[in-house]
Amino acid sequence: MNGTIEIRWHGRGGQGAKTAALLLADVAFKTGKYVQGFPEYGPERMGAPITAYNRISDSEITVHSNIYEPDYVVVVDESLLDSIDVTKGLKEDGAVIINTEHTKDELMRHLNGYKGNVYTVDARGISTRALGKNYPNSPMLAAAVAVSGVMDEDEFLTEMKSSFEHKFAKKPEVIDGNMRALKLAFDEINK
Amino acid sequence: MAVRERLSGNEAVAYAIKQINPDVMPAFPITPSTEIPQYVANYIANGDIDTEFIHVESEHSAMSATIGASAAGARAVTATSSCGMALMWEELYVAASNRLPIVLALVNRALSGPININADHSDSMGARDSGWIQIYAESNQEVYDNYIQAFPIAENEAVHLPVMVCQDGFITSHGVENIMLVEDDKVKEFVGEYTPKHYLLNADEKLAVGPYAVSNYYMETKRGQRQAMINAKKVILEAAEKFEKMTGRRYGFFEEYKMDDADYAVVIIGSAAGTCKAAVDHIRNTAKKKVGLIKIRVFRPFPEEEIACALANVKAVAIMDRSEMFAASGGPLGAEVRAAMYQAHCKAEAVNYFYGLGGRDITVSDFERVYENLEKMAETHIAVGMYDYIGLRG
Repeated sequence: MNGTIEIRWHGRGGQGAKTAALLLADVAFKTGKYVQGFPEYGPERMGAPITAYNRISDSEITVHSNIYEPDYVVVVDESLLDSIDVTKGLKEDGAVIINTEHTKDELMRHLNGYKGNVYTVDARGISTRALGKNYPNSPMLAAAVAVSGVMDEDEFLTEMKSSFEHKFAKKPEVIDGNMRALKLAFDEINK
Repeated sequence: MAVRERLSGNEAVAYAIKQINPDVMPAFPITPSTEIPQYVANYIANGDIDTEFIHVESEHSAMSATIGASAAGARAVTATSSCGMALMWEELYVAASNRLPIVLALVNRALSGPININADHSDSMGARDSGWIQIYAESNQEVYDNYIQAFPIAENEAVHLPVMVCQDGFITSHGVENIMLVEDDKVKEFVGEYTPKHYLLNADEKLAVGPYAVSNYYMETKRGQRQAMINAKKVILEAAEKFEKMTGRRYGFFEEYKMDDADYAVVIIGSAAGTCKAAVDHIRNTAKKKVGLIKIRVFRPFPEEEIACALANVKAVAIMDRSEMFAASGGPLGAEVRAAMYQAHCKAEAVNYFYGLGGRDITVSDFERVYENLEKMAETHIAVGMYDYIGLRG
């Protein structure tokens, strides 16, 4: 397991946390890594808490369990902080990244004394500015890449551009906004 | 050149179907296998393949239509999971006894109840007596490779049996992993054209499929099916050898992982084998204990003698079942492996563990505890009983 980065995503059904995990697997794959991106399936409904996972490694990954001691946790919906212990098992030399307008100090009471790094990014604000809609998963994906350092910013943005061109082949007008959302997340992440 | 890709297990199977371009695919959606016919329908709509997709109103009809197409002489496939396969039950036996080389992509999911959509082998294990060949996969790579190999196995004249290509629901079916894809022309060459010797649409040969056969023929029919299962062993290995020549990836009835000098072994099926491999590596690197793993790939025909031989020198073995059968002996894999060991006079202590039912997760540390238990069993010669549980709440 040495050299494997493990990431756990917390979101709500419909917010794209699973899609973000699969996109992260996608871009990491393109940089030559071994990857896993998988959701944990519970009740399939909008708004229900969902968890998704990534493993990213330089060597083959055989483990097929969920992730209990992640290096990084990404919280796509801050309302989950009231009901889910998002830092459970999170490594202290890792980090939690939270989509919020609040400051780190305002959130600490939800983090059960977590001693590692806490990053905040206003993914809703970024998405609203860049796309005119609240799609928090793109900015959170960029934030996860920025914090985990699984690849550098330029490499990530290049790969994402080609992914978006493929994914949005039939509605190319949304590509620029999505790219802007990614770049803003890199610029506006707070430690 | 092989193509480096990242795909989910469902995408991998659908991609193999695209490469093979079977004649007919009747299918009915059920989680977590739904994506397979969905992706294939896309391939057909985009003109990539000319498979005849039949929309049916149930899985009973899906298997019935697959049987009809296969009997007519077509290369016919379908996909399902869990209760979907339960609804095919009657037809599974019809497909096997009519010796139809159907390939079924089964995405393993628990049977109700309680209603559960997650990985568990109760669907395919329940069908282990239906006369189908069963091949299981640890990873997306393996389910793709197994799917391609299923055709020359099923369609071999000495076999002519349907094949179930199984993968764990969600864990591999919906998990994206790295995969090496074989080039289209090589896949086409590997599976070849299907030219059945006997088929209903042959005007020159009159043929009855699925006739009434009372006591004067039924028993011989079953013996014939058994012979086909026996013949399948050689054919499965031949297909694996040919596949290895094409891809460099090696397959057999089972994979032996660090078994050469192993004192303690786990026998397991499916995606959890990969998790167990990480435990084997960790224990060998840290505690320096001789632990190993046997991952069953082919459950029908069951490689009884080969398994007994692989376990001949171990001190203790844990046989892990991801489905319940409520037998006094434990689960289905436990019963098969124990029978093989008894027949071969194996001296190893054996325990059968239930794990992962209804998608209950199993971790590397769970497997480390399994190996600790085996060491204790070998020392004390006291087994916990015929079966026990991993990950069951008290």
